[in-house]
Amino acid sequence: MAVVEGASPDTPDFAAGSRRHAAAVVSTWVTTVDHKQIGILYTVTTLVFLIIGGLEAMAMRLQLWSPDANLIGPDAFNQLFTMHGTTMVFFVVMPMLIGFANYLVPLMIGARDMAFPRLNAFSYWLFLFGGLLTYFSFLAGGAPNVGWFAYAPLTEYAFSRDHSTDYWILGMLVSGVGTLAGAINLVTTILTMRCPGMKLGKVPLFVWMMLFDAILLVIALPPLTAALAMLLLDRGLGAHFFDTSAGGSALLWQHLFWFFGHPEVYVMALPAFGIISEVVPVFSRKVIFGYESVAAATVAIGFLSMGVWAHHMFTVGMSNALDAIFSGASLLIAVPTGIKLFNWIATIYGGRVRFATPMLFAVGFLAMFLMGGLTGIMLAAVPVDWQVSDTYFVVGHFHYVLFGGSLFAMMAAIYYWFPKATGRMLDERLGRWHFVLMLIGFNLTFFPMHIAGMLGMPRRIYTYSADRGWTYWNQMATVGAMVLGVAFAIFFWNIYVSLRRGKIAGDDPWDAWTLEWATTSPPAPYNFEQIPIVRSRRPLWDLKHPEDPDWDHE
Amino acid sequence: MRTAVGAVAVICAICGHAAAEENLSIFSPESPPANSVRDLFYLIFAITGVIFVLVEGLILYSAIRYRRKPADASAEPAQIYGSAPLEMAWTVAPLLIVFVLFLVVVRSVVEAREDPTHANRLEVKVIGHQWWWAYEYKGADGSTVVTANELHVPCDEPGDPTPVALTLESADVVHSFWVPRLAGKTDLIPGKSNRMWFATDKPATYYGQCAEFCGMQHANMKLLVISEPRAEFNAWLENEQQVAVEDATVAAGRERFLALACVNCHTIRGASSRGAVGPDLTHLAARQTLAAGAAPLTREKLIAWIEDPDSIKPGSLMPNMHLSRKDCELLADYLESLK
Amino acid sequence: MSHASLSSSHGSTAAARRAGPAVDLRPTDRVRVGMIAFLISEAAFFSTLVVAYITYMHQTTTGPTPEEVLKLPLAIGGTICLLASSLTVHVAAGALRGARMGTFYFTLFVTIVLGALFLLLTAIEWRELIFEHHLTISRNLFGTTYFTLVGFHGAHVTVGVILLAVMSGLARFGKISSANHDPFEVVSWYWHFVDTVWIVVFTVVYVVGR
Repeated sequence: MAVVEGASPDTPDFAAGSRRHAAAVVSTWVTTVDHKQIGILYTVTTLVFLIIGGLEAMAMRLQLWSPDANLIGPDAFNQLFTMHGTTMVFFVVMPMLIGFANYLVPLMIGARDMAFPRLNAFSYWLFLFGGLLTYFSFLAGGAPNVGWFAYAPLTEYAFSRDHSTDYWILGMLVSGVGTLAGAINLVTTILTMRCPGMKLGKVPLFVWMMLFDAILLVIALPPLTAALAMLLLDRGLGAHFFDTSAGGSALLWQHLFWFFGHPEVYVMALPAFGIISEVVPVFSRKVIFGYESVAAATVAIGFLSMGVWAHHMFTVGMSNALDAIFSGASLLIAVPTGIKLFNWIATIYGGRVRFATPMLFAVGFLAMFLMGGLTGIMLAAVPVDWQVSDTYFVVGHFHYVLFGGSLFAMMAAIYYWFPKATGRMLDERLGRWHFVLMLIGFNLTFFPMHIAGMLGMPRRIYTYSADRGWTYWNQMATVGAMVLGVAFAIFFWNIYVSLRRGKIAGDDPWDAWTLEWATTSPPAPYNFEQIPIVRSRRPLWDLKHPEDPDWDHE
Repeated sequence: MRTAVGAVAVICAICGHAAAEENLSIFSPESPPANSVRDLFYLIFAITGVIFVLVEGLILYSAIRYRRKPADASAEPAQIYGSAPLEMAWTVAPLLIVFVLFLVVVRSVVEAREDPTHANRLEVKVIGHQWWWAYEYKGADGSTVVTANELHVPCDEPGDPTPVALTLESADVVHSFWVPRLAGKTDLIPGKSNRMWFATDKPATYYGQCAEFCGMQHANMKLLVISEPRAEFNAWLENEQQVAVEDATVAAGRERFLALACVNCHTIRGASSRGAVGPDLTHLAARQTLAAGAAPLTREKLIAWIEDPDSIKPGSLMPNMHLSRKDCELLADYLESLK
Repeated sequence: MSHASLSSSHGSTAAARRAGPAVDLRPTDRVRVGMIAFLISEAAFFSTLVVAYITYMHQTTTGPTPEEVLKLPLAIGGTICLLASSLTVHVAAGALRGARMGTFYFTLFVTIVLGALFLLLTAIEWRELIFEHHLTISRNLFGTTYFTLVGFHGAHVTVGVILLAVMSGLARFGKISSANHDPFEVVSWYWHFVDTVWIVVFTVVYVVGR
């Protein structure tokens, strides 16, 4: 049942195709409005940005290997950490997840494409141009060097005289419009194009999470757009929004940015939760435990995430009342997040776990995200935050949730759905090496950062002195980064060799239960010959187990 | 297993670190606000530690115990759709934990924010600049005493810490005052005035640095807090209040200083130098470091700094004046005399 | 072909009917849902600009203040134009649905004229503010927040006027009609939204802030 012998006629031969028909192929991809191809464009582009962002991180780790090092000076280092953060958030994690949603959502809901296919293509190209525009700054006098959250008034013209900040603003604006268009597309698609029988309460959890992810973007992204416009007006036309010498407020930027910025991190987390909710059941051979709870918890998280932003501002001198409110809300959001975690564990419990690479990364996600969540609870305690805010403790925390969390989930997604998109399996042995080295490298890089932070090391410093006792932890982190580099190299090698001679996957290599596995691998351009009709959350389970269909239990 | 190793690593780190020359550990507090945070952190460590062991253990146990055995490759396990009691349990329990934590946090915040009302309280105004610290004290006669980069504070009785209340302002961008062993950090925000306090009860030197990215030399905006017995502090403050030492042997250097553009940026009270862009140099030679901790204050470093500031603090706002070596030495002579 | 039974070729329509509507919304609702989502994002955008305006209200220390330079008559005139235009576009949408093309073109034309008139009144006001009172975006906090908020709103009105004109052209070519009236419907929603934003801007800037 699991793997169909022999290639389907649709399994492309990538090597021969691109050589022979280069021009035609390029033209097809550049003008496509097919959600699957757009999803692949997003994925490939974000993987390239991932390499660039990773190299930026490696450079920083090399500089921070020894105290008072002279490998990279302050000017270059400040550009590196700004671009690393901006790249990973805006040009890797968020668009990669949107790319996955693009590919999977129509298939999972039994539709032929997204609601607005041309708008979909437009979103991708805006994302790409926004990224290129931001990176062009390296050639135009220097990249942005004000940190990925660009606090005012450091970003005002008086303190940032060159055009690097303008490139940051414009790159964010351009790619932001693309993201917003993508979010509108997703909301519309999920609300209006589900196949017969698929009520909102019956969609795959990945689809449910993407719906709320997109709603979050629709509400939280425009305030960033407005703030960016205000900053551009300050810099270009002499406006005074953040000009403290004319009565403007530095704190207004912080409030506006974080009003977007905090929901943004949930924008990066929710799809990861969705991926885990698809992978864990299939590889535990059990239905997701507590579908309704996981769904409800998602809504709670989405709602709460819009009320915690000022926990990034506990050190600015807000009133006791405000500090307390934001602390309480931040602690509260741990509850629905925990509910999800427990439901995933309960899904594994009592199952028959198959540790293929997707499941390795999924379990890795659970283990690492838990740690990131716990350090988040520490940070939500205001006085603790007063000590460790803006230190490497925070850098450790958010890498545990964004890398150990979102990125691990994205790796699980790639290993899980690569066969569907390409018709070939990724190599299991290479996948295992990739996972083990990534797990070790990741922990070796980011765990010591918590310690360095507790020992007084602030963020965003290009060097540190030997007397402070931070050297040992920085060196551990640098070694870890090198291990990560090897892990990523194995990953890209896996993709390369598997595209050429990976095992043929067939329609349903994992014996899964959602609609995308009812198509060929890769799917035909029209996805389904006939729009399917479903009766439960796991249509293929019902077909494979007619004696005990899901609809008897839902 | 990994948990145990991690815990041991952390403990070693923290103990071992006490040996570092400049101790900035939040676990070596020497002031009530920092003590209170440490205690809170221990409580949260304990709670999250228990959660970690339980949940991480459950993850690993489930994954290992229920891994597929070759024997049951074909049969699917029982499909469990959910359990209302279980959902209730793992909603209510975390809610309770979170509620308790919240109450603890609120109490901690209120306590920490109360301005200390000690009779011997010292008030200092801190003004953050790119990339140095200005300090304003009130002299014995009520006049303002301006100094830079070294914060001296008095301590009286062991067991009865003397509070220092800081008013924090910024002359340019957002900075953050962080000396971990004394208190959590508070930001210096242009257009806003913030308050924080700490209290010491024994003579010691405390280290810190700016903790909010403020531009090119954020990494070298160091903090030095010197707590000294009351008598020594008073002597220091009195000295700071005096106009600059006039040492005839360095008259040549003094003349160069006043003739060159140095006076546009720096104040040396008593000499006619009234610049307010850079640090007050009236008693520069009484300080331990140069350029907010970028280098120790030695003759060699002073000359190098005057000759080319970028060689010590690249991007520093002090321009390279392209002075001759001779001029640099004369100026260093003069500055070294400003005790 | 085990997946064939997901939607059997024989009884697919019957099976679909038995399964009931999957969605409360039809695929033809796409355009409407899309526009609603877009308008929510616009509401978030304008809310941010209004929050900035309110943050800096009464904080201006130098230069022209709202009390000194904002004149109600022009603003009220603009408000009347926009409110009336919402009425006319509403009538136009109904006329299109009912295939009453004469009414449709006329009311659409009036809507466009009223929108353009609003922009003209704004231009007159701005000319006076900039050249007579020397209030610019860089003059002070009031100038900064006023021109930004009113300016972005005016830009949205401009886009609306263009969209309405395009709709008129599309109707003449038969691309939109009573059979395909959704595109115009949602453009009229956009117009109503811009009108609503103006009511908020007017209240905040000309009433509360003066």
